[in-house]
Amino acid sequence: MTSPDDGPDDGADDRVRAAVDAAFRDEWGQVVATLIGSTGDWDLAEDCAQEAFAAALATWPRDGVPHRPGAWLTTTARHRAIDRLRRDAAGAAKLRQLAVLAGDPGESPVEEIPDERLRLIFTCCHPALPFPARVALTLRTLAGLTTAEIARAFLTAEPTMAQRLVRAKRKIAEAGIPYRVPPAELLPRRLAGVLAVLYLIFNEGYDEEDARRGLTAEAIRLARVLVRLMPHEPEPRGLLALMLLHEARRPTRTAHGVLVTLEHQDRSRWNRALIAEGVAMLDQALAMRRTGPYQVQAAIAACHATAPDAARTDWPQIASLYAELARLAPSPVVDLNRAVAVAMADGIPAGLAMVDRLTASGRLEGYYLLPATRADLLRRAGRPGEAKAAYEEALKLAPTETERRYLISRLEEL
Amino acid sequence: MKYVLLICDDETHSPSNEELAADPVHQAWLADLDRRGGRLVGARLRPVVDATTVRVRDGETLVSDGPFAETKDFVGGLVIVECADLDEAIEIAAGHPYARWGGIEIRPVWE
Repeated sequence: MTSPDDGPDDGADDRVRAAVDAAFRDEWGQVVATLIGSTGDWDLAEDCAQEAFAAALATWPRDGVPHRPGAWLTTTARHRAIDRLRRDAAGAAKLRQLAVLAGDPGESPVEEIPDERLRLIFTCCHPALPFPARVALTLRTLAGLTTAEIARAFLTAEPTMAQRLVRAKRKIAEAGIPYRVPPAELLPRRLAGVLAVLYLIFNEGYDEEDARRGLTAEAIRLARVLVRLMPHEPEPRGLLALMLLHEARRPTRTAHGVLVTLEHQDRSRWNRALIAEGVAMLDQALAMRRTGPYQVQAAIAACHATAPDAARTDWPQIASLYAELARLAPSPVVDLNRAVAVAMADGIPAGLAMVDRLTASGRLEGYYLLPATRADLLRRAGRPGEAKAAYEEALKLAPTETERRYLISRLEEL
Repeated sequence: MKYVLLICDDETHSPSNEELAADPVHQAWLADLDRRGGRLVGARLRPVVDATTVRVRDGETLVSDGPFAETKDFVGGLVIVECADLDEAIEIAAGHPYARWGGIEIRPVWE
């Protein structure tokens, strides 16, 4: 989209541009969701939403920013859809459906346009779609990222990403994936699927130093929308809290391309406002008294985020939270994290014994953090010979240069 | 006797339904079948990218994208169902006893 350059007042143009940008962030998902709801045509919905935003750029400088931008954009997009369907013989059936919903849109207050984004989120994250397609579709249709932006964020070629989106939309139509919020009996599992998509988007951005930073912001924005749309579900709040607490620490995670562990991060650079918001969000979730894995992970993150330093961290509390997490979402990685917390809370031997049991089980074979954690505990226990051997084993398994550099620095300290 | 013919290919050549209907070999095959009076039911399936697989393990319904890919398992039966959407098809599939140890591959009929 380009800004029309016909007004003498550049300041006013800038204000209109800012208003359109804000509307794009706030309203895109809802405009697309509403149009899919009434036409059932995902491509038509995206195209007409795009045209509505282009129309806003063209007419708002002249007519002023409408009182309710969302209603204006939805109405405009809907009129574009009607125009297009009129020209198309096969569109007649869709038009009849659309006519029912059109009413007198110029007059309808914004409250009367139901928020359809929840249907859109659940459809994008349907388990019959491949996981990467769920992620791409959510970022395209709900967050409004372009195919090129999504491709860049996931280090994928643009045609590959375009193909992924086309296939996903085709499967929704051809396999009959319903456009709806799942009924109560399906909701817990389907909601977990939606949260997994949002958390993956966050983690993709979190693991990068700079290039994909935008993804953590997008994930947080989508989680906020979900919290607003499902105010009585605790887990979306738990996930949002977890994201905010991680985001607060993100700038201190690496230094000059070397991983900085939690213990050594500069806590004065943690974002206090995000931590306060994350803790408040977590408290709201916990008040609903229905625990879940994201709330427990957020509670662990909150323990770290509010501790003055590693030594004065509430390790017994963290150890018991990991025990709870292992019960809710069993995984050997959770057991490994629990072992570290137990070592800090009850002494190194107790933690080492848990790590040794994990090693013997073979469930984490080939995972570099298993020998790296063992090495760390051995070093703390004053057993440098065994620690050295374990660090060397971890070094062979470490997947990236950032982690190898960290392990080498640890070896040199021994 | 009744037999099920499973029509298999690698999807590299995928004619449209119209092309298939115009294919003289297909026309002759259908005419022969009608002459024998033997056709009970036939359906073309959408490509495998539209497949969804349902398994039930420990009482939990597991839905995954794509075809049923356990090479040591074999097709043991088939049912054509009419229902509202994929979620209903998944519900029906999850209720079948074989979903508990095997899996049910759901393929939309290409109409």
